[in-house]
Amino acid sequence: MSEGESPLSWRPTATNDALIKRARLLAQVRDFFALRRVLEVDLPVLGACTVSDPHLDSVSTEAPRSYLQSSPEYFMKRLLAAGSGAIYALAKAFRAGDRGRYHNPEFTLLEWYRPGWDENQLMEEVADLLRSVACVPDSAAQRVTYRDIFLATVSLDPHRASLGELAALASDIAQRDMSTESRATCLDLIFSFEIEARLPPGIVFVHDYPECLCALAQLGVDADGVTVARRFEVFLERRELANGYFELLNAGEQRRRFSEDNRQRKAMGKPEILADEQLLAALDAGLPSCAGVALGIDRLLMHLVGAEHIREVIAFAD
Amino acid sequence: MANYSTNEFRSGLKVILDGDPCSIVENEFVKPGKGQAFSRVRMKNLKSGRVWERTFKSGESLEAADVSEQNMQYLYNDGEYWHFMEPDTFEQHQADKVSVGDTALWLREQDTCIVTLFNGSPLAVAAANHVDLEITQTDPGLKGDTAQGGTKPATLSTGAVIKVPLFLNEGEIVSVDTRTGEYLSRAKK
Repeated sequence: MSEGESPLSWRPTATNDALIKRARLLAQVRDFFALRRVLEVDLPVLGACTVSDPHLDSVSTEAPRSYLQSSPEYFMKRLLAAGSGAIYALAKAFRAGDRGRYHNPEFTLLEWYRPGWDENQLMEEVADLLRSVACVPDSAAQRVTYRDIFLATVSLDPHRASLGELAALASDIAQRDMSTESRATCLDLIFSFEIEARLPPGIVFVHDYPECLCALAQLGVDADGVTVARRFEVFLERRELANGYFELLNAGEQRRRFSEDNRQRKAMGKPEILADEQLLAALDAGLPSCAGVALGIDRLLMHLVGAEHIREVIAFAD
Repeated sequence: MANYSTNEFRSGLKVILDGDPCSIVENEFVKPGKGQAFSRVRMKNLKSGRVWERTFKSGESLEAADVSEQNMQYLYNDGEYWHFMEPDTFEQHQADKVSVGDTALWLREQDTCIVTLFNGSPLAVAAANHVDLEITQTDPGLKGDTAQGGTKPATLSTGAVIKVPLFLNEGEIVSVDTRTGEYLSRAKK
């Protein structure tokens, strides 16, 4: 803090340059989707239900209990089931406790869904969007499977390595005993601390995730006959930017994942989250086969302005 | 003592890790696109002075360490322990060689220094940044040689040996920076 400045600063955390670039980026995104005839939808940020993902904590309100949405996903899936066609939302999302260089509890999320598409077509469109808004060269987009990047970086096959092997490497990275951790936790730790920083530059799509990291993606079988989750993550200059899925359609499977999430939440000492029955009813009625992706606008802006911390691109960061 | 969760970790927070008191230097929040969030924490072991880097799952917690820093007056050394006194309560504490460490070279009786207490016992002792000490042994000064340039070793009353300008003599008081062991200036008696 510079001399003479009061400790309680009223000033914005973002630079004026970042605010100008943010306005331009939002306009470019809307132009991009308008040209492609994807409909912008304006959805509630306050909802009666929220995601059950054990690693996400929603911000909630008291009496009546409501949740600030951690993403517009469930509302968007209900629209898709109602026959909306291709849609996107560009809005605020909230995740309690996510605070750091690349995280702010309130942030701007771009999420879109393409009925009739799979994750491969959607990866192409994400690359197109990034090329058009982020001045990334046409050539600079590559795909790599989760297994190949693991093998190339840490010489372990993430699908076939034993939990013992994964936990040993995770313990080495964390400098703590991780031998009682789950396969998913070990994989997340290895990826976050060993692999992400060593990804190739430019736009990189990592796809075909291990089954235990499936979230709301459909399962498939890869060329080696291994069951994989049909989801992808997008990295721009080694920084995670977006998460995409060939979406789960089956209401029964969705219900099973809700209860598995709640089993984990209980074990973690977190409150259980009631299943979103309206989402399940929409899945019962029939969600069209679709691919969906959510992209962090603030992180993209960080890249555009060369910011070191997310607060530099948010007018008033937490 | 209380526990601190990873989301409360911030620099300066004192916690217990592997039984030792540590001070958090830096806490980095890391989260993959979906999945487990982590805190990568750099912490200084207050006993050994070494910096550790450990990774925790978000939501894990560490026990708070009862560590405090107090200004105390250095009283005397009995050959084994260094004795300090809290100026307000006159409560006395004794610190061993491990906790006093190299600071012993700068401790002059009656001087105020900073004692770090862990569970009420001295863990570390730091001298004031600048102390004035008497030269007890050095080669005779060269008269008139006040120009910049040469230095010579001088032993101070505490036993510390530092480099001083050539013109200084035994019995003179010098001001020293205890963090670097460097001579700063001639001080008044």
